[in-house]
Amino acid sequence: MATFLLRRLGLMILTLWILTLIVFFAGQILPGDPGRATLGPLAAQSAVQALDQQLGVNRPLLTRYLSWIGGLLHGNLGTSYEYRTAVEPFIRAALINSVKLAVLAFVIVVPLGIIGGVVAALYAGRGTDRLISVTGASFATVPEFVSGIVLIVIFGVELKWLPVTASAGAGASALEQFRHLILPAIPLVLVLFGYIARMARAGTIEALNSDYARTAVLKGLPRATVIRRHILRNSLLPTITVIATQTGYLIGGLVVVETLFNYQGLGNLIYKAAVAHDFPMLEAGVLVIGVVYVVATLVADVLLTLLNPRLRIGGTE
Amino acid sequence: MSGSVPQPAEPGAGAPVDPVASLDRTGGYLGPAGQAAVTAASRATPARWRLLLRRPTFFIGGGILLFWVVCAIFGHWFAPYNPLAQQLLNGNAPPSSAHWFGTDPLGRDVLSRIIVGARDILIITPLATLIGTVLGTALGLAMGYIGGVFDLVTGRIVEAFLALPFVIIAFLFVVAVGPSVIGITVIIGLVFTPLIARTVRAAVMVERQQDYVSASRLLGESPPRVMFAEILPNVLPAVLVEFTVRLGYAVFAVATLSFLGFGIAPPTPDWGADIAANYINLTAGYWWQTLFPALAIASLVTGVILLADSIEQVLAA
Repeated sequence: MATFLLRRLGLMILTLWILTLIVFFAGQILPGDPGRATLGPLAAQSAVQALDQQLGVNRPLLTRYLSWIGGLLHGNLGTSYEYRTAVEPFIRAALINSVKLAVLAFVIVVPLGIIGGVVAALYAGRGTDRLISVTGASFATVPEFVSGIVLIVIFGVELKWLPVTASAGAGASALEQFRHLILPAIPLVLVLFGYIARMARAGTIEALNSDYARTAVLKGLPRATVIRRHILRNSLLPTITVIATQTGYLIGGLVVVETLFNYQGLGNLIYKAAVAHDFPMLEAGVLVIGVVYVVATLVADVLLTLLNPRLRIGGTE
Repeated sequence: MSGSVPQPAEPGAGAPVDPVASLDRTGGYLGPAGQAAVTAASRATPARWRLLLRRPTFFIGGGILLFWVVCAIFGHWFAPYNPLAQQLLNGNAPPSSAHWFGTDPLGRDVLSRIIVGARDILIITPLATLIGTVLGTALGLAMGYIGGVFDLVTGRIVEAFLALPFVIIAFLFVVAVGPSVIGITVIIGLVFTPLIARTVRAAVMVERQQDYVSASRLLGESPPRVMFAEILPNVLPAVLVEFTVRLGYAVFAVATLSFLGFGIAPPTPDWGADIAANYINLTAGYWWQTLFPALAIASLVTGVILLADSIEQVLAA
């Protein structure tokens, strides 16, 4: 178990390091001069050069990468070009907002997806299964802004049941915040439902075909007991991995939903930073999403090995 | 197996042996009996494709796709109005007999813009998916077959890319190279490459255990020949399924990029861009300007998914 954990941890650090390279160099190929982008087209060239000097963007690429990494290791995410202050408070506030939305979506979609997948597996090949599988696959590929628009038209504009923006405003009560987050959460639920249901379905079908399920049936256990005690406990293991891999999407893939519903989350922050060429903000935001994903994957791996002792022995993928 | 648990039953499906795979596994090594199996298998393959004709999802999905292809190619001829023609005095008109889907703020006919707007998305998505599939298959074959340090290192790079939501990677690169049809196509193709490589690698890991791989290696075939001539035909069904599923995600990606303003430049009609331009008017009650393009995207996605599902079902039969 210890070697397994160490190996996973080593691989995680390797992945994170490659991630910093991707994030940094993707940020560098964005065209435009940060000084010019900040000061606008009318500023004097000397002022632009002075700002570039101050921001340190005219140093060699490698020097900038190393100082960026050095800062990260000391917990310094960098200084925004646009706001001239530390990036960290912006990232923190946006992350908290994104987490609120993501948690709400997760709380809805995880039970829904698992139930959908298990029901589909129990009726595998029949109408119910086809309906759940095909609907899930379609919703997973309908862009969030499309389902969001339909929801806004129906529930926000026509019926006027729910607010069409996600931000409840400063000092709003928890209940009021919750009300504002319902509509934005639904497109996320629709996208994720298909993934989770598909995995739960596959796991359940595998468990249904196993020897232990047959033994349980043959020894006379009621069908409900077999499903609850023998099938579900085994079938949900692969679903854990899928849920973990979707956290990255949920924290950062919210660009579209946050833009549509005007919500100050991480996706919105990254989008605005990219448009404004605010590299430090952009790099920090994207990196945070990557870290969330990598950590969630690691947690899922550890959880899987704890739940399934057979995985501990091999210790390989 | 419990008698009460239904088994997936496909109409017209024969033995559970995959004829596509057995063709190559036995080819040339098994004498007359093997030859007979090979002949039977090669006869079975066209029959398998005929199974598609029995699937309602194939016809519905294909029909929707065909409709949009016709719009993309001939839309300019049968669109009721010029999609660029402005009637400033007739802006924001609700759906009527003259304008079935109403008009936008500039008085342009929404229906005509939807019909003509099908073109770019239908050019970009198949090309991008093709690029991603070809590169991803090559990478996945190499990762799975060569293995070792190469697999470990590329595996980490792939994982680092997977850590970021693909819409974020795509828009980073689109901001860098500027929005153009070719740029968006190549970027979405490249973003899909690691995703497809992961699927192909998993399929190759299964195949390389087979005897025919060791046999061809012992016969002295070069690694590229083993990968592309021996293994590739056997993972082709998995690649095909991956291609059709990714096609749906490509529609998602293209539509999302144009919604975020990184797509086709206005005034060219484009579903995502038209939604982005008009969704602010939703609260004013002008729902037709955004709802109809949104439904167009949803219908295209659903068509692709139904088609993908029918192909997957037939290959799994």
